[in-house]
Amino acid sequence: MIPVKMELTPEEKGILEGKQGETLQKVMESVVLYGEVFGAKRLVPLDGPVHLVTSFGIPLLKPVFELMEELITNNLITQERFTVDPRPLDYANVKCNPLEKLVFKIMYGKQNEYEEQLHKVGLKDENAFSCTCYQPEVGNTPSQGDRLAWAESSAVVYANSVLGARTNRNSGIIELCCGIIGKAPEFGLLTDEGRKATWLVEVKTSQAPNAQVLGSAIGMKVVEDVPYITGLDQFLSTDPTAATRDYLKDMGAASASNGAVGLYHVENITPEALETGRHLLANNYRTYTIDDQEIERVIRSYPLMWKEAAAKPRVCFIGCPHLSLRQLGNWTEAITGALVKAGRSKVAIPTILCAAPDVINAFEKDQSKYQQLLATGARLTSICALMYMNNPLCAKKPVITNSNKLRTYTTAKFMLDDEILAQIVNG
Amino acid sequence: MQKKVFKGRVVLPGNTSGEAVVTRQGLNILASYQKSALKKAKRVICADQNNPDLYKKDLTDKVICLPLTIGSTTGGMVLETAVQMGLGPRAMLFAEHIDSLAAAGLVLSDVWLKQRVITIDQLGADFLDAVQDGQTIEIKEDGTVTVLS
Repeated sequence: MIPVKMELTPEEKGILEGKQGETLQKVMESVVLYGEVFGAKRLVPLDGPVHLVTSFGIPLLKPVFELMEELITNNLITQERFTVDPRPLDYANVKCNPLEKLVFKIMYGKQNEYEEQLHKVGLKDENAFSCTCYQPEVGNTPSQGDRLAWAESSAVVYANSVLGARTNRNSGIIELCCGIIGKAPEFGLLTDEGRKATWLVEVKTSQAPNAQVLGSAIGMKVVEDVPYITGLDQFLSTDPTAATRDYLKDMGAASASNGAVGLYHVENITPEALETGRHLLANNYRTYTIDDQEIERVIRSYPLMWKEAAAKPRVCFIGCPHLSLRQLGNWTEAITGALVKAGRSKVAIPTILCAAPDVINAFEKDQSKYQQLLATGARLTSICALMYMNNPLCAKKPVITNSNKLRTYTTAKFMLDDEILAQIVNG
Repeated sequence: MQKKVFKGRVVLPGNTSGEAVVTRQGLNILASYQKSALKKAKRVICADQNNPDLYKKDLTDKVICLPLTIGSTTGGMVLETAVQMGLGPRAMLFAEHIDSLAAAGLVLSDVWLKQRVITIDQLGADFLDAVQDGQTIEIKEDGTVTVLS
């Protein structure tokens, strides 16, 4: 047994000593060692299901498949049914040529096998594939104060900041290990101290900054620290409206991918800021002021990864992280309106809107709006755009997006929503 | 030969020496490793366009000197996969406290693959000021890190 400083219950000690089998011992050892690195003093029970980041059957991820197989062989499943990140492929709605399909077939060659493994270790259901598991339609929606062990950086930062739940930024497989034992090591964002803000971010722009750019600026500046953001309450409703939640979703995802933000507080808006206000600021916090010039500077700093800077866009992805029901409706209206204004009926480039399967099902129930969107030629899918762009043939295409996360990890070009709309309509 | 000696906290102990590759901003594991890992490459060439310190540099079997890692939570798993493929770093030397993504990947490699990437953290900002790409680094199991120039 590894030497452990953490206080463990007799049951936890027994597992660590291998009394319940070698595999569960390794699961416990992973969680305990991980906690020890951060000085965790104990394991705490989880108050909700885990959310997994690993949703893709890339054959090269051998350690993942081997570990899953070992769990299944030993009848180990998560204590609660979990959700997972999006699937990588949807040929019906995201068109690919035969060569691209061939590459995808090799890249995600173990997708079906892996999905079977996910079901066997405790996946919620067939529709549980989304990076926005917290959307009410999906149902893995924690309450304030819930202790969790989630992965997926955009979901973690949303759960912590917007919902007031408590999870560290766990990496793939560690979150699964926590789900199996139903516990997480108590450190970092699970503690009051770890949720204190070490940055005061003052938003002093003349209008609401683009959420994706604001998040990017914050992430690049504070990296993994916790920011306390002021000034946004002049632009966003202080009631927890869907519009505010969507703004914070996109801002948080950008801050988590352009940096490593796991929690932010927004004055007069997010739950802990509402309760505690500026007492959340730690001593000796640093200050970062964001004005119009800073927003412009950040946008200009993004490198363009296309081979030809003047290339015509060939695909547009909207919805990384996945769109909410409200955002799907808003994009439907925006695309339709822009097409009417331009005297056109169809989008000029393949336009793909991404949302959770359960959110798309809910959207379909409003048949008039659903048909209105499809009539524009835009397509709906539940894939992860990043996984599409991982195909080297797709990465060579000039792809545009309004997602700062997609820009960070791929060759996609970031554009503001108005610019995206103009490209969709005019090509 | 000039030597600079630093002492950090031992996360995963061991003795080794190797060539330094240095980033003064957070290492985005997914952005850096995914292209090489997915292509079954024999070397990991950093593909993170946002990291001018590392972009297009070879990370394979190097002693990576960094403040911490950042980015997607697939990071730890990607790192573990790189280790299994023989493309992982020889050692990771963190100026700051190790972050949760790197810690997960390194712990999982240790427990499930029985492959250790020697890891020291909390070496301080001075360490990153002192170390340069290509320098030889000696690491001792008590957390002593010597930069040889």
